[in-house]
Amino acid sequence: MTGEDLRASRLNTHIFTHRGPSSVGTNPLATSSPSSTARAAASASARPGAVRPPATLWARVKRHPSAVFGLVAIGVLVTVAVFAPWVAPYDPAEQFTEGLTIEGRPLPPNARFWFGTDLLGRDLFSRLVYGARISLLIGVVANGAALSIGTMFGATAGYFQGWLGMVFMRFTDLMMAFPALILAIALAAILRPSLWIVALVIAMVNWVWIARVIYTQVLSIARREFIEAARVVGVPTPRIFWRHLFPHLLPTLLVWGTLGISTTVMFEASLSFLGVGVRPPTPSWGGTINESQSYFLEAPWLVAFPGMGILVTSLAFNLVGDVMRDALDPTLRGHGP
Amino acid sequence: MTAYVLRRLVQSAVILLGVSLLTFLLLFALPADPARMIAGRSATVETVARIRTELGLDRPLAVQYARYLQRLARGDLGRSYAQKVEVADLLRSRLAATFYLMLGGIFFELLIGLPAGLLAAVRRRTRTDRTVMLGAFLGVSAPQFVLGLLLIYLLAYKVAVFPLGGYGTPAHLVLPAVTLGIAGGGWYARMMRSAVLDVVHKDYVRTARAKGASEPRVLTRHVMRNALLPVVTMVGLDFGTFMGGVVIVESVFGWPGIGQLAWQAIQIVDIPVIMGVVLVSAVAIMLGNLMADLAYPLLDPRIRYG
Amino acid sequence: MKGKAMIVLLGLLLALVLVPAAPPGWGQGGGRSMTVTFKDDVSTLDPAIGYDWQNWSIIKSITDGLMDYEPATTTLTPHLAESYAVSSDGRTYTFKLRRGVRFHNGREFVASDVKYTLERVLNPKTQSPGAGFYGSIQGAKAFADGKAGGVSGIKVVDKSTVSITLERPNAAFLHTMALNFAHVVPQEAVAKAGADFGHKPVGTGAFMVKEWALGQRLVLVRNPNYFLRGRPYLDQITFQVGVEPNVAFLRLQRNEVDILGDGIPPADFVKVMGDSRLNKLVAVGDQLQTGYVTINTQVEPLNDVRVRRALNMAIDKTRIVRIINNRAVPANQVLPPLMPGYDKAYTGYAFDREQAKKLLAEAGYPNGFRTTLFANNTDPNPRIAQAIQQDLAAIGVRVELKTQAQSTVIEAGGTKGQAPLIWSGGMAWIADYPDPNNFYWPILSCDALAPGTWNWAWYCNRDVEKMVIEADAMVQPGQAAARAAKFQEIYRKIMSDAPWIPVFNERRYTMHSARLGGVRGIFVDPIHIPVHYDEVRVIGK
Repeated sequence: MTGEDLRASRLNTHIFTHRGPSSVGTNPLATSSPSSTARAAASASARPGAVRPPATLWARVKRHPSAVFGLVAIGVLVTVAVFAPWVAPYDPAEQFTEGLTIEGRPLPPNARFWFGTDLLGRDLFSRLVYGARISLLIGVVANGAALSIGTMFGATAGYFQGWLGMVFMRFTDLMMAFPALILAIALAAILRPSLWIVALVIAMVNWVWIARVIYTQVLSIARREFIEAARVVGVPTPRIFWRHLFPHLLPTLLVWGTLGISTTVMFEASLSFLGVGVRPPTPSWGGTINESQSYFLEAPWLVAFPGMGILVTSLAFNLVGDVMRDALDPTLRGHGP
Repeated sequence: MTAYVLRRLVQSAVILLGVSLLTFLLLFALPADPARMIAGRSATVETVARIRTELGLDRPLAVQYARYLQRLARGDLGRSYAQKVEVADLLRSRLAATFYLMLGGIFFELLIGLPAGLLAAVRRRTRTDRTVMLGAFLGVSAPQFVLGLLLIYLLAYKVAVFPLGGYGTPAHLVLPAVTLGIAGGGWYARMMRSAVLDVVHKDYVRTARAKGASEPRVLTRHVMRNALLPVVTMVGLDFGTFMGGVVIVESVFGWPGIGQLAWQAIQIVDIPVIMGVVLVSAVAIMLGNLMADLAYPLLDPRIRYG
Repeated sequence: MKGKAMIVLLGLLLALVLVPAAPPGWGQGGGRSMTVTFKDDVSTLDPAIGYDWQNWSIIKSITDGLMDYEPATTTLTPHLAESYAVSSDGRTYTFKLRRGVRFHNGREFVASDVKYTLERVLNPKTQSPGAGFYGSIQGAKAFADGKAGGVSGIKVVDKSTVSITLERPNAAFLHTMALNFAHVVPQEAVAKAGADFGHKPVGTGAFMVKEWALGQRLVLVRNPNYFLRGRPYLDQITFQVGVEPNVAFLRLQRNEVDILGDGIPPADFVKVMGDSRLNKLVAVGDQLQTGYVTINTQVEPLNDVRVRRALNMAIDKTRIVRIINNRAVPANQVLPPLMPGYDKAYTGYAFDREQAKKLLAEAGYPNGFRTTLFANNTDPNPRIAQAIQQDLAAIGVRVELKTQAQSTVIEAGGTKGQAPLIWSGGMAWIADYPDPNNFYWPILSCDALAPGTWNWAWYCNRDVEKMVIEADAMVQPGQAAARAAKFQEIYRKIMSDAPWIPVFNERRYTMHSARLGGVRGIFVDPIHIPVHYDEVRVIGK
C-alpha cells in the first residue's frame, strides 16, 4: 500500500479562536493595521456607546476586500465551469495536428492557443475550462463529504469516549491502514467508472484524517468548563453538539475545506490514472498535471496553469471562509459561549 | 496507563488481523491472475495451471488465508512472486531508508511549518501573515513530483550542492526530506497559527502576562504547550503514513523506500509483497496514533483515559 | 528556550548541508567499469525464471546457452556448443559441446548439465515461464506430468555430446536453445542456493554477481576464466536501481552514470536528438517489436472482416508516430522490419477515411458503431490510445477508452468476449527470438486460444495454422529461403483477415556516456536487450 495518496489527504486543525468578551481590547498580539482596528471596533460593540457591528452577514463580509476577491474568484470559476461550452474556444478533446511541432512537442502559449497545447496538441485553455467542472465538483463536494463523515466519527468518539469512542477510533485506524489504492483498482475493474465513484472513494478514504484530529480537539474542548457547565445544567446532548461544540470545530473544517481542495483534486487525478474516475479524453486539472509532470522542465505551462487554477480555488475559498468564520463567531455577535 | 497501553496493543492486533483479511479478499477480487503474470507471454495453458498449483492459488480462499496466517505466526511472510525473494528480506532492506526519510520529513515539516505558523499568528492580518499563508497554500498545492524535480534540478544539477538522488549519506537525505517538508509544512503552519491564536486569549495566559512574565516566556510556557496538541496528532499521522512509504518522493530521488516496493508490487499483483507492505504500514499507523494518544495527557492534563 | 532550539536546529541543518555531497562520479568507478541506471529493481537472475526486458541481457551475461547470436545481429551461431548436426528427419539435434568451459564455481561444464538444465525448466516446481518452448521435446510432457523421472528425448551421449529429439520438427528449435531458459546451470549450485538461486546465480558467463543490495544496486564482476578469450572488456558493471529516468538523464550529463537503462526520458528526447553534442551519444537501432491494436474477432461487429479492414484504414499512423516524437516507424504488417520473413513489398492498408467509411457501410454500419478500447495507463500509451480514439471517431466508430493497470488489461484480453480492442503498447510483442513463428504461435494461433490467452484477437484460421505447421517443418538449412517465402504468404493472409491494426515499430534509442564504445550496434542489440554487456568497451578515460 503506498501511503502516498493517503498523504495527499492531509489533515489540519484550526482550533477556533475562542474569544470571550473579557479579552476584548486586550489582545497584545494584534498589531495596528486597518483590519485589526476594525475588528477591535467590532468587538468593542459589547460595550455600550461603541460603534454597532454591521448587522447583516453580507455587510460584514463586504468590509473585507480579501473576501470580496475570494467571492469574485469563486464566482468566475463556477461561471466558467457551468458555461464551459461557451467560454472554451475549442473542443477540449480535439487533437490538432498543428498543435504539436514537427517533432511532436507541445506549443507554449501563443495567439491561437492562449495557454498553449498539451502533449496531444489539444488547446490547454479549453481543457482547463471544461476541467473546472470536475475539479470544482471533486474539490468541494467530495471533500465536503469526507469532512462530514470524519467530523461525525471524530466528534462522537471524542465526546462520549468510553466504549463507543474506542470502537469508532479503532475503526478509524482500520480504515487508515486499509490500502485505498488497491480498493480503487478493484473498483475500476468491477464498476463502470464515473465521477461519482471517484467522489465516493475519496469520501471513503479521506475522512479518517479529519476524524483523528477532530477527535483530539473534542477531547480537549469537551473538558472545558463551559461544556461541563452546560452538561450539568441539563442541556440536551444534540444542543451541546451544535450550539457549543460545533462552532469551535468550524475553523478546522474551514481550513480542511480549503487546503483539502488541492490534495483532493490531485487524489482524483491518481484515481483517474488507475481507471476509476474520468475516462480519457475528459479533462481535469489534476489529470493534466498528472500526465504532464515529467515534462515539467520542457513544458512548464502544462503544470503551471492547472496548478494555478487549483491554488486560486483553494485560496478563494480560504479567504471567504476566514471572513465567514469570523462573521459567524457567536462571541462577536454578543452571544456567550 | 499501563492497562490502557495493553488494551490498545490488543486492539491493534485485532485490527491488524482485520486489515490483513480485508486486503487479502480485495487482492483476490482484483481481475488479475498472478500465475499468468509470472508465466509470462509465451506460457502454455498447462504451464500457467502448474504455476497456479505451485503457488497454492487454486485452493479455496479460506484455505489460502489460513495458510497465510499459519506462516505469518512463524514469522514467514512468504516469497515475492516476481523476485522469489523472501518478503521479509525485501521489507528489511528498505526499512532503514524509509525510517530515515520519515524522520527527515517530519523534521523539515516542523522546521518549516511551526515557526511559520507562529510568525503568522504573531503578525496576524499583516502582510507577513498573508505571505506565510500564501506560501503554505503553494507548498501544499505544488505536485510533489514537480517540487522534487525542481529541487534536484536547481540544487543538485545547476549547482552541485547536493547529490543527484540516491541513498547513503546524510546529504542524500536533505532534498527528499525538504520536499516532504515543503509539501506538508503548510498544514503545520496553518494549524500552528490557529492553535496559537486560540490559546493566546485564554485566561491563564492573561494571568501570566498580568503577573509580569516576559513575552517569550508566555509564548513558550503557556501558548506552545497547548498549541502543540494538534501538532502531536499530525506528527503521529505523519509517522504512520511516511512509514507506509511515500512513493512519489522516493521515485524522484531514487530513495529505496517501501513506497517504491509497494507501487511495483501493485502493478504486477505480487500478492505476498503487497500483504507484507500493508502489514508494515498498518503497524506504523497504529503505532503513530498510539504514541500521539499517549502524548496528549502530557500536554493537556485534562485529557485522561479510563 | 524556543530561540535556543531554533539555533540548534539551524546549526544541524547547516551541518547537514556542509557534509560533503557524494563526490561526482562516485557511481562510475572509473577504470574499466561502468554504471547503468534502471527504475525498477532487477527481479531475478535465475535463467529459468527471469523473463522481463530488464534482466534478459543481464542473465545472458551471467549464463550461456548452447546457441547464441553474433553481437548486434540476429544471426544464430553456436556458443557453448562447438557444432551441431540435424538428423535427416529433422527431429534430432546432436550438439558437440565445447571442452574446458568452467562454471563460476570452478567445475567443468559437461553434457549432463544440459540435461539437468532443460529438465529443471520443464519441472513444474521451478515455475518457469519458458516451459512451453521445450514442450515439443520427446518425453517432456510425461516428465512434467510426473509420470517419468526424466525427459527421454534428451540423451547424454558422452561427456561432451548431447542429443535432443523432438516430437515433430521445429525450424525454430535452435532459436529456443539460445533462449535464457536453456542457459546452463550447475545442479549443485541450484541445490545449495535453493529458492535463492535467482539472487545467487551461477553459470558459465562473462560476468559473475559480486554484490546485490536489494532495491539499490547490483554489481557484476568479470569472470577471469570466461571461455571466449578477450571477453568481456569491462571489469565491473554496477546496475543502480530505483533511479527515475529524468534524474538518470541529469546524472549522465554530469558523467555520474554511463548508460540510461530505461532510455532517454520522453520529455528530453527531442532536445537530445536536436543537440549535436548530445545526439552522438545516442545509439539507434531497430527492435523485433510491433505495436498494434488487437481486434477481437469474436465480438460484434468486429467479427466482420470488412469492419476490421475499415478500422485498419482509419488510423493516421504518421500522426501517432509524431506524438511519440518520431521514435518509431509506421508499420503495415505483423512482423517488424528486422525479422526474417518481413515483406518489404507489402503495402498493407492505406490511410483512407473515405474507403473505410464505404467498407463500414457495406458491412451494414453506415453510421458507425460504439465499442471499447483498452490500454495500459503508463505514458505514452493513454495518449496513443486517445489518438486512435480520435481517428476512429472520424469514421463514425465511437470508442470508449479504458486505461487501466497492465495486469487488468492483460486479464481483460485473455477473457473471452471482454475486450473488443486493445492497444498493445507497454505490453507490445517483442519477439523472444528472431524467427517469424514467434509472432504467430503465442498471439495469433488457434493453439493458443484458451482462457488467459495472449491471442487477444481471439483469431483462429485453421488454414493458416496448417501453413505455419508446414513452414515449421522446413528444418533443413537449404529450405530457409522457401520458409521465409512461406511466412510472407502466411502473414499476408493474416493481414487480409485483419485481426490486428499494426501501428508502428518502435526503434530503440540508448544513450550512453562518451567514454563507452564497442562494435556498432551493441548498445541497441536486438537480442541482448538493451545492451550487449559482454561487448562494451571503455574507450575514453
